[in-house]
Amino acid sequence: MSVVIEQPKSPRSRKGAKWEKWGWMYMRISGALLLVLIFWHLFSNLVMGDGISGIDFAFVAGKWASPSAKIIDGTMLWLALIHGTNGMRTIVNDYTEREVIRKTLIGALWAVCAALIILGTLVVTTFDPCIDPDAVNYLSQICK
Amino acid sequence: MPSKPAGTLYRGKVGMWSWVLHRITGLAIFFFLLVHVLDTALVRFDAAAYDAVIGTYKTPIIGLAELGLVAAIVFHGLNGVRVILIDFWRKGVKYQNVMFWIVIVLAVILVGAFAPRHLIHVFHLG
Repeated sequence: MSVVIEQPKSPRSRKGAKWEKWGWMYMRISGALLLVLIFWHLFSNLVMGDGISGIDFAFVAGKWASPSAKIIDGTMLWLALIHGTNGMRTIVNDYTEREVIRKTLIGALWAVCAALIILGTLVVTTFDPCIDPDAVNYLSQICK
Repeated sequence: MPSKPAGTLYRGKVGMWSWVLHRITGLAIFFFLLVHVLDTALVRFDAAAYDAVIGTYKTPIIGLAELGLVAAIVFHGLNGVRVILIDFWRKGVKYQNVMFWIVIVLAVILVGAFAPRHLIHVFHLG
């Protein structure tokens, strides 16, 4: 089945319109929050300290020693993946003509989104700096 | 000979090109995000593996690509503010053109300030 393009004069279809409106709102609300979160993420990781040269396991362990940093990173994960996936959904809707392909691609997008949100959430919430105490000097004192 | 289509408010102008840039940068950022969640996930499993993978981020080629990524994020974020203002601010549509150029100027300033700092780290010039 191909995509049906409505006649300009036909009455506006209500099906899915409300859902689309919330998607539209979500892009703007999450976008505004992500602007702050990601600019801070880039500033603290790539500008402050040694920038990219300073990023390693010890850097992450040090950062995630603070619960607020974990909450910020977890929030960014959820907001960004849903924002990005919904943006990709818009692109798929624009460029696919066959309904089967459109549905398959959008299904794949949300599946990847869900998998990465679950993985990322588990990584942040169950992070254990002691998995490799030898990797960082100071950890050997904390990790017994 | 058919004449060229008359210009519109949109086609070939700032409105169209900002949309094209917003879409391309968004697409690029999305694919990086997929990789970035996976590479960061290594911190849960193996510290040495994480250090090895993040080490590739410090190589000259990927280091330069990061500059492009940051530029894409800066444009997408600032132009996103412009989109929000066009949608919600009463005078947003009237000023969409000038807002685009404000976005470009701000992006050039921010990326211009970031670039030397980042390149110093990537090429160990500090």
